[in-house]
Amino acid sequence: MNESLLRDLVPAVIGVLVRRGADFASAEDAVQEALVRALETWPKDPPRDEKAWLVTVAWHRFLDAARAETSRRGREVTVRDEPPAGPVPATDDTLRLYFLCAHPSLPPASAVALTLRAVGGLTTRQIATAYLVPEATMAQRISRAKRRIAGQRLDQPGDLGTVLRVLYLVFNEGYGGDVDLAAEAIRLTRHVAASTDEPEVAGLLALMLLHHARRASRTGPGGRLVPLAEQDRSRWDTALIAEGVAILQAALARDRLGEYQAQAAIAALHADAPSTAETDWVQIAEWYDELLGLTDSPLVRLNRAVAVGEADGPRAGLAALADVDRDLPRYPAVAAYLHERAGDRERAADLYAAAARAAVSVPERDHLTRQAARVRQLLQP
Amino acid sequence: MKYLLLKHYRGGPTPVVDYPPMDQWTPADVDAHIQYMRDFATRLEETGEYVDGRALAPGGAFVRYDGPGRAPVTDGPFAETKDLIAGWMIIDVESWDRAVELAGELSAAPGVGGEPIHEWLEVRPLLTDHLTTTE
Repeated sequence: MNESLLRDLVPAVIGVLVRRGADFASAEDAVQEALVRALETWPKDPPRDEKAWLVTVAWHRFLDAARAETSRRGREVTVRDEPPAGPVPATDDTLRLYFLCAHPSLPPASAVALTLRAVGGLTTRQIATAYLVPEATMAQRISRAKRRIAGQRLDQPGDLGTVLRVLYLVFNEGYGGDVDLAAEAIRLTRHVAASTDEPEVAGLLALMLLHHARRASRTGPGGRLVPLAEQDRSRWDTALIAEGVAILQAALARDRLGEYQAQAAIAALHADAPSTAETDWVQIAEWYDELLGLTDSPLVRLNRAVAVGEADGPRAGLAALADVDRDLPRYPAVAAYLHERAGDRERAADLYAAAARAAVSVPERDHLTRQAARVRQLLQP
Repeated sequence: MKYLLLKHYRGGPTPVVDYPPMDQWTPADVDAHIQYMRDFATRLEETGEYVDGRALAPGGAFVRYDGPGRAPVTDGPFAETKDLIAGWMIIDVESWDRAVELAGELSAAPGVGGEPIHEWLEVRPLLTDHLTTTE
């Protein structure tokens, strides 16, 4: 069974139910139940028309739930049994679902969960496993999110910016359980890109493709982190890089720069270089300046210091670091790197050890501990 | 029966081997130690005894209620607290003896020069949250 095909159908089926008069929250629940049923029964008993099967099963689930609800309240069922589908095209429906699921009133973790279920077509269990929380917790998170947006109409224009942020959050989560969230984020971003005409969507898609192309080389034996400078560039996925660069160039040609396009431009310059030494750091530093103008983010400021250090030498990098918020978890790691390059090994070793204590992931912590150990070795007489 | 294996950065009985912090080992020793921990978890998955485990960052703080309408009081982080938990692993094993055997193996993780670190691990039985009828 092709699970990704099944997942593709989910938002369209929710759209059908909503057009038939179901409210979004109930429609989404009904489709989730149909999806779980499909995953159980399709491998042995595949339907002839997958979408029709899902619509029928979901619609019956919806009617059953609505009847149970109305009889609980002692009222008549008012929804019609088989109203015709409306004339709204399916693509538009899906885009509106993205807006709703990433509604600005939702906390990011809730928007991510709801997006993965309602437009991503993942089961609650898969999402729960990917984010290491109990299934009941994830189910509640999604229910609460739907209650919070209950008053929102599906036909209102939404905020594309929050949709992109949610997709980028999913992408950065990487692998979790049996679901490849990065691949899932790319699939969803492709959908949004196909139904909008906004250079930033293309920018985000390009950024994801360019990062994804390097994924295999980013992890070594035993899950250890391999930094950019040591990555085996022959393992980079050249087809993905070519696709990402082409998408980015088309987006940049529209002359409406945004943060995702700028980040993708930096990723493209890395992807284009045969080694760190042959990387066009001057241009990368210029892109960081652009990015800083667009976002004024502390993290961008930190990464810019690295680029300046490569372009103009470690002293310039350390000078750039003076403007950076020292409370950022990665600050000591960048400071360690720049001090080592500037020749101050003692300070670098202490900073690497501090960076390991501030690390937010196990691979990063282990990598920084190794760096501290390596520099201390160099200090031995 | 489930047991919690607690690894401490600091705390517990006096260390048997006085080893320096990991950033003062050689990179090869660091690698060997990390690999040993990973292999241990993988082996327990294979024997069906591994349940869960996570590493903890050294930061954080103590927090307590400070009365109605008041923000909670925080204390810490402490640079030199006596006891600091580094991580935990939950195992599901036949007996206390097996839990002790496994904790002993984990404590044999290599340190400087590949010598076992002999670190103290705390082993604590988990209470079940359901009644078991025995009559």
